[in-house]
Amino acid sequence: MSVLNSKIPAGPLADKWKNHKNSIRLVNPANKRSIDVIVVGTGLAGASAAASLAEMGYKVKAFCFQDSPRRAHSIAAQGGINAAKNYRNDGDSVHRLFYDTIKGGDYRSREANVHRLAEVSVNIIDQCVAQGVPFAREYGGLLDNRSFGGVQVSRTFYAKGQTGQQLLLGAYSALSRQVSVGQVKMYHRHEMLDVVMIDGKARGIIARNLVTGELERHSAHAVLLCTGGYGNVFFLSTNAMGSNVTATWKAHRKGAYFANPCFTQIHPTCIPVSGDYQSKLTLMSESLRNDGRIWVPKKQNDTRRPVDIPEEERDYYLERRYPAFGNLVPRDVASRAAKERCDAGYGVGQSKMAVYLDYASAIQRYGTLEANKLGESQPSAQRITELGTQVVASKYGNLFEMYEKITGDNPYETPMRIYPAVHYTMGGLWVDYNLMSNLPGLFVLGEANFSDHGANRLGASALMQGLADGYFVVPYTLGDYLADDIRTGSISTNDPAFDEAEKSVQDQINRLMNIGGSKSVDYFHKALGKIMWDKCGMARSEEGLKQAISEIQALREEFYAQVRVPGSANEMNPELEKAIRVADFLELGELMCYDALNRNESCGGHFREEYQTEDGEALRNDEEYSYVAAWEYGHGKAPILHKEDLNFENVKPSTRSYK
Amino acid sequence: MRLNLKIWRQKSAKANGKMVDYTLNEVNPEMSFLEMMDVLNQQLVEWGDEPVAFDHDCREGICGMCSMFINGRAHGPMTGTTTCQLHMRHFKDGDTIVIEPWRAAAFPVIKDLMVDRSAFDRIIQAGGYVSVNTGSAPDANALPIPKENADMAFDAATCIGCGACVATCKNASAMLFVGAKISQLSLLPQGQPEREERAIRMVEQMDKEGFGNCTNTGACEVECPKGISIENIARMNREYLKAKIAQK
Ligand SMILES: Cc1cc2nc3c(=O)[nH]c(=O)nc-3n(C[C@H](O)[C@H](O)[C@H](O)COP(=O)(O)OP(=O)(O)OC[C@H]3O[C@@H](n4cnc5c(N)ncnc54)[C@H](O)[C@@H]3O)c2cc1C
Ligand code: SF4
Ligand code: FES
Repeated sequence: MSVLNSKIPAGPLADKWKNHKNSIRLVNPANKRSIDVIVVGTGLAGASAAASLAEMGYKVKAFCFQDSPRRAHSIAAQGGINAAKNYRNDGDSVHRLFYDTIKGGDYRSREANVHRLAEVSVNIIDQCVAQGVPFAREYGGLLDNRSFGGVQVSRTFYAKGQTGQQLLLGAYSALSRQVSVGQVKMYHRHEMLDVVMIDGKARGIIARNLVTGELERHSAHAVLLCTGGYGNVFFLSTNAMGSNVTATWKAHRKGAYFANPCFTQIHPTCIPVSGDYQSKLTLMSESLRNDGRIWVPKKQNDTRRPVDIPEEERDYYLERRYPAFGNLVPRDVASRAAKERCDAGYGVGQSKMAVYLDYASAIQRYGTLEANKLGESQPSAQRITELGTQVVASKYGNLFEMYEKITGDNPYETPMRIYPAVHYTMGGLWVDYNLMSNLPGLFVLGEANFSDHGANRLGASALMQGLADGYFVVPYTLGDYLADDIRTGSISTNDPAFDEAEKSVQDQINRLMNIGGSKSVDYFHKALGKIMWDKCGMARSEEGLKQAISEIQALREEFYAQVRVPGSANEMNPELEKAIRVADFLELGELMCYDALNRNESCGGHFREEYQTEDGEALRNDEEYSYVAAWEYGHGKAPILHKEDLNFENVKPSTRSYK
Repeated sequence: MRLNLKIWRQKSAKANGKMVDYTLNEVNPEMSFLEMMDVLNQQLVEWGDEPVAFDHDCREGICGMCSMFINGRAHGPMTGTTTCQLHMRHFKDGDTIVIEPWRAAAFPVIKDLMVDRSAFDRIIQAGGYVSVNTGSAPDANALPIPKENADMAFDAATCIGCGACVATCKNASAMLFVGAKISQLSLLPQGQPEREERAIRMVEQMDKEGFGNCTNTGACEVECPKGISIENIARMNREYLKAKIAQK
């Protein structure tokens, strides 16, 4: 075991980033022209990084597996993006955003990183507005805000329920501009399948052209992985179907440490599973908890229609248990509370694995306000409902529509049924303060790294982090690394390291194509997902995790004996793409269980049944586990743990209370 | 329920394609259309056949990747709905469903139901942006924008770049897509400095890509899953004309 150096700059917290920026090395404009940078991924993190680096003069190659960079999974983010602008005058500040994020993460993140994130958050909003991102505005023409879970201020900027779309299209437009001037070469429908290491430095990648099946070599002076999260290890999640771990996992196999892999976020408000054909789960944005109230019947197995259950027979369990934050407790807390009620037999719907998210009282409240505004002195009940429905539709219309399309129920009239689902992964490749992994030249941005959210991410903070990393952090820190490369000259793709990497990718593809079993890739993916959800999901135990590890090992063996990948490798072959990704998920799942087993405490999204308080809250163990668990690949043996101790100099870890 | 599917199969861009018949039993009305396709593909794999290739990713109606022409309509029979958000409860037991790729010269087929829409990216590259480098932006609230304009710009900006408008149009025109982006930026103060140049460059790129002309049939607006208004085409035409006159 080694101790990891996070390279956190010295000095007072609030000055670290400023001082660091002032002291790190730069690459002058003429030299940037002879430096190549590979950016894998064009989500918020990748598109913003690629565009910014290209603007600065670096020669950038960007990659994504979709048919266009505009389709990265970031596009699906609904609710909003945080920034410490304090436009509401409600007491927000950089320090408060920093504090909320550290506390929300259950004291398992790095103070210096989080503070920097809060500092640059304000620049992000400026940048996006300048690009023409149409954020929601008030009648006076200024930007509007809403609230998200785990905080008591309104600092979330939004564009209806399509914030991720609008931010990504902004970054995509900046990227497109750099493509048009030739500073970025864009490779869409390309999947990176290995990192190439030359003399201990990341110097390129092997990518598969998904249309032709050809393997390509691309070299550069640094490689940035901005490849998103790995929630799809659970098969069912709110992530897009293609989201995967392959890029970071291949880097992990090459020596990059994987940090806190078991920290996964289960989002409390998703549309419940309806059948075994289900391919993904749909999120109902956290913004709905601004106005919606969550409840279950007070009676077990109550089969009455929700509208027929009188007020006094409803249990608004979040408001009951957490009066200070009510329906806006952080996600991990809300998810566990829903599970607790359903496990205790109070769940609703056919499966009994759902709770209600109710808009009736919000419609009444908004309807009355609106009638007052319009000067209608004695509005009828029907009129109030009509007005209230209009207000709710203007705020959340597209989410309500989506719910109706999927379930066939009208959420304006009957409460939505929701249940927690896998949503986000706080874990990821370990990076230092400069966002560089332990492999020199390999940088990791966005959801793919582990850096800022500790054991639980607050809502509207992933968009913030992705854009912070890409627009405002890596453009500085990359220069410091590349300052040594101004005389290196272009990297040859004839280096033996490229031969070797390409061969190992080709060997893996041949192996998968030649198994010729009888089971589809999805069969294995679903089986893995079930193990993960049951044993490494919302609640974990030593016994369950040990079982899961051996089950996953057995499943992996079966996969390599029984999977059938049809077609050939020299053509567009979506089944082969899935097989390569699932092969990596089958290894990652095991590592997640090791990590969960190692962490003998409950914190944030990681809940070990053995470690809880009397009233069922997470019981942290700061004495022993106040560290980042960074795992080295075991090459067939158990993974090796490295620790980075977390030092809290500015906030004192305390028991999180939202009561 | 039981369905008869007629699906376009085409091995590659160069190969000839044809319609192939499949029968699918036990389709659950709660499934989405793409989940129905998943079930078909599972069966094909198990039988030793090649599954049907189709584009998809988010399955939430936002990434714009899914693109099926279903019973003669882009994204199928429901208005305001992408293929991934279409559910089988809108079909009946015994129905025959014809599934084809987008058809347009500017969107060549890659395989089966997948097409190449990179022409859209090139149109955006021609001018669908505001030229602002990272770090040079003023405070976000320095410039108030009337809510009405911001809302109109937002509506235009919700285009998901799916290409249903092109697939639907008998001329394979891309004007709804292009009009939406030109409108969004021309409605915002940030878009003003490059307004004229943008309109000219994007329209010229659109023509270069081989998209057809608009003859005002309005089919695109009807089939657009995001309800992008045809007014955006009118606005684009005005922007283009004004820019051309200014250029002279
Ligand atoms: C439904 C939903 C709603 C959300 N809502 C919010 C919200 O309101 N607020 C918030 O802050 N966060 C939200 N999140 C979380 C947030 O959207 C994501 O964490 C964030 O967008 C991730 O951005 P990213 O740039 O790191 O990665 P992504 O956007 O996932 O991009 C990954 C990129 O990597 C590419 N890629 C991956 N692997 C490879 C490979 N091997 N080769 C080549 N390319 C590859 C992909 O093509 C893609 O371009 C939401 C998430 C979901 C699922
Ligand atoms: S205008 Fe509508 S149909 Fe055309 S690409 Fe945009 S969203 Fe799709
Ligand atoms: S799969 Fe994303 S819009 Fe249909």
